[in-house]
Amino acid sequence: MEDILTLFGFGPTGWGGALLKATGMTLSVAACGFVLGSIIGSLVAWAKLRGNGVVRAAANGYTTVLRGIPDLLVIYLFYFGGSALLTSAGRMFGADGFVGVPAFASGAAAIGVISGAYQAEVFRGAFQSVSRGELEAARSVGMRSVLMFRRIVIPQVLRLAMPGLGNVWQLVLKESALISITGLVELLRQSHVAAGSTGRPFEFYILSCVIYFIIAISSTRIFNVVEARMSKGFGRMA
Amino acid sequence: MDMPFMAEAFVSLLRGLPLTLNLAAVSMVAASILAIGLAWLRMSDVAPARATAIGYVSFFRGTPLLVQIFLIYYGLGQFRPTLQAWGLWPFLREPYWCALLALTLNAAAYASEVVRGGLLSVPAAQVEAARAVGMSGLLLYRRIIIPIALRQALPAYGSEIIIMIKSTSLASVITMMEVTGLAAKLIAESFRVIEVFVMAGAIYLAINFMVAQTIAAVERWLSPHLRAAPGSILPSEIAHV
Amino acid sequence: MTSFNSIIAAVAVVGLLLGHGANAQEKQWTKITIGTEGSFAPWNYEEGGKLKGLEIDLAEDICRRAKLECSFIVQDFDGLIPALNVGKIDAVMSGMSATAKRAEVIAFSQPYATGGQTFGIQKGGPLEALPFKGELINLNDEASALDKIEKLKAALKGKTIGVQAASINASFLDRYLKGIVDVREYKATTQHDLDLSAGRIDAIVASYNYILDAAKKPGNRDMLTAGPRFIGGVFGNGSSIGLRKSDVKLKAMLDEALIASFADGTYKNISEKYFGYDATPQYKR
Repeated sequence: MEDILTLFGFGPTGWGGALLKATGMTLSVAACGFVLGSIIGSLVAWAKLRGNGVVRAAANGYTTVLRGIPDLLVIYLFYFGGSALLTSAGRMFGADGFVGVPAFASGAAAIGVISGAYQAEVFRGAFQSVSRGELEAARSVGMRSVLMFRRIVIPQVLRLAMPGLGNVWQLVLKESALISITGLVELLRQSHVAAGSTGRPFEFYILSCVIYFIIAISSTRIFNVVEARMSKGFGRMA
Repeated sequence: MDMPFMAEAFVSLLRGLPLTLNLAAVSMVAASILAIGLAWLRMSDVAPARATAIGYVSFFRGTPLLVQIFLIYYGLGQFRPTLQAWGLWPFLREPYWCALLALTLNAAAYASEVVRGGLLSVPAAQVEAARAVGMSGLLLYRRIIIPIALRQALPAYGSEIIIMIKSTSLASVITMMEVTGLAAKLIAESFRVIEVFVMAGAIYLAINFMVAQTIAAVERWLSPHLRAAPGSILPSEIAHV
Repeated sequence: MTSFNSIIAAVAVVGLLLGHGANAQEKQWTKITIGTEGSFAPWNYEEGGKLKGLEIDLAEDICRRAKLECSFIVQDFDGLIPALNVGKIDAVMSGMSATAKRAEVIAFSQPYATGGQTFGIQKGGPLEALPFKGELINLNDEASALDKIEKLKAALKGKTIGVQAASINASFLDRYLKGIVDVREYKATTQHDLDLSAGRIDAIVASYNYILDAAKKPGNRDMLTAGPRFIGGVFGNGSSIGLRKSDVKLKAMLDEALIASFADGTYKNISEKYFGYDATPQYKR
C-alpha cells in the first residue's frame, strides 16, 4: 500500500504530478473537440433540415461515413493526412517548407469531426421537437426570422438537446483516449509511460480507469444540473 | 489516386477481415448472453443484485474501451503465477482471448441496457391479457414477452453490432492483425497514409452497411403491420468507444 | 492521389495568378522539430514528464553547434517516417538505423551509434542456451551469416518473438526467420518487455544497448541478452538522424555538427553517460 502511494504520489519518484497534468490534457482536448463538434454538428443539422438536395446529400454522407468507420482510423487519417494536405496547399500558396499540425490540434479536430456527426443528429432531433405552434405564435406576433431564431428556436433547441449532448460528451471523453496513439501526452499515454517504466501496468491502468470514471460521473452531475436549470418553467414533456 | 497501389492495399487489408469478423461475432454472442444475465440482475428484487448490475454497467460505460483492453492485457499479465494456479493463463496468455474478453465485457454493459429497454417496453396490458387466458411462466415469455421485447430492442441491438465491428479495430493495439492492425503496418511500410486508410475505411463501411441493411430487413419482417416509414441508412445512435 | 493533386494544382494556378506563387526552395533553417519515441531508454525516454536520453543530449549539442533552435515531438515509432514525410517533424532521432529500405524514402545523417541488435530473454528460459552468445554477426557478409542463422533456427523453431512494429528487427525476422518463429509486433518496446516478463512471448529482438538498460528496470529484473549480436544488412549502418531527401542543406548542417561533436569528445562524454562506454563511431569528414 505504501508502495502504491509512492508510485502514485507527488514525490520525486511518484507519477502523481505527471498524471494530473495528463488528466488536464485529456479534459482540454476533449473540451476543444466537443466545442468544435457542436459547431460542425449545428451546421450539418441545418444542412439536413434546410439545405437543398446536394447539401442535404453531403450532410447525410458525412454522418453516415463518420459513424460507419472506426474512430481510430479517423484519428490516424487526421494525424497523418492533415499535415500532408495543409503542406501541399501551403506550398502552392508560397509558404516555404512544411506545415505541421501539432498532435493537440489534429486530435481536437478529429474528435470534433467525429462528434460533429453525432451532435448533428442530436440538434436535428431537438429542432424537430420544437413545437410548430410556438413558431407560428412567434410569427403571428410579427417576429422576424432572426429574432425568432434567437428568442424561440435556440433556447428551445438547447434545452431539448441537453440530454443528447450529455451523451456525446461522455463519448468524446472516452474518444480522447484514442488520441494517445498520436503521441499527445494525455491520461492514457502517460499511463503507458508509467506502466512501461515501472513494470506495474495493472496499477496504472486501474488508476486511469478510476480517473476517467470520476470525470464521467462528475460531468453527468453537471449536465443534470444544467438541464434542470434550463427546464425551469417547463413541465417534463415526454 | 494510385490505383494499382490501392488495389494491392485492399487485397492485403482483406486478409485481416476474417479476424475482424471473428472477433466481432464471437464477442457479440458472448456479450448478448452476459447482457441477459445483467439485465435480469438489474431488474431483480434483491438490492445487492441490482447494485452489482448498476455498478458493472456504469463502470464499463464510464471508462474507455481502449483502457479496458490495456488493463486486461498488460495489467493481468502482471499476475501470471496466480492466473496459472487458477488455470486461466493458457487463455489470458493469448492476445486473441484478451481482446475477446475486453470486447465482451464492454459490449455486455451496453447490451444489457438494450435488453432491459426491450423488456420494459412490453405493454403491461399484453401481459395481463395473456395471463387472463391462462398463460404463465415459460409460455408467457415465449409467446408474448420475448417476441415483443425482441422486436422493440432490434434497432438498438443493430447499433450495438455496428459499434462492435468498429470496436474490434482497437484489438490492433495488442498485436492483433485485424483490418486496422494491417492498415497501420501497411502505412509503416509504404508511408502512404491516405490511400491505405481510404481502403480500410471502405471495408468497414461496406460491412456496416450490410449489417444495417440486414437489421432493417429483419425489422421489416418482424413488423408486417408497420410497413412503410423508411428510416435513415444507419440507426441513430452509433458510438461508444 | 492524382485527382487530389489536380485539385491542388488548380488551386496553385489561382495562387500564381494572384501573385502568391513562390519557388519551393529549401528554406533557411533557424529552427527544427525533431520526432522521437520517448520510450526507448537509454536513447530517449521520459522521466517525471521530462524527455531525457542520449539523443536528447546529442540534439542539444548539435543544435547549438548548427545554431538551430530545436524542439522535440514524442510519438510512436512506426509513425515517425510518415510524420517526417508529411512535414509534421523535420528530423527523426529515435534510435533509427540507416537501412537501405528506409533510405529509399528518407535521407540519413552520419551514424552516431552502432551497438548492434540482439535477443532478449527471461532468465531460466529455454532460450538461455541460444548459440553464438556475444558473437558479432555482420549481415553484410550474408553467406557466412546464413550458416550461423541456420543453427539459430533449430533453437528458435516454434518460439514466439516480439519486436517493435516497423523496426529493423521486424525486417530481420521477416527476412531470416519467417515461418520458423511466430512474430508479434508492438507499438513500443516497453510493451514487448511487459509481455516478455509476463511470459507471453519467448524472446524479443531489440537494440543491444536498449536491452542492457531495460534489464535495470524493476519490472524486467529477469531480462537477459542471449545469442549473437547482429549488425549490417537489414540492420543498416547504425542509428542516424532521419531527414527528408529534399532538405540537403539541413543534412549538411547536422552532419557537420555531428562530426564536430565526435571530434572534440563531447559525444564521447554523452555516450559514456548513457551507454557506459565510448560509442563514438568511425566517421569521415
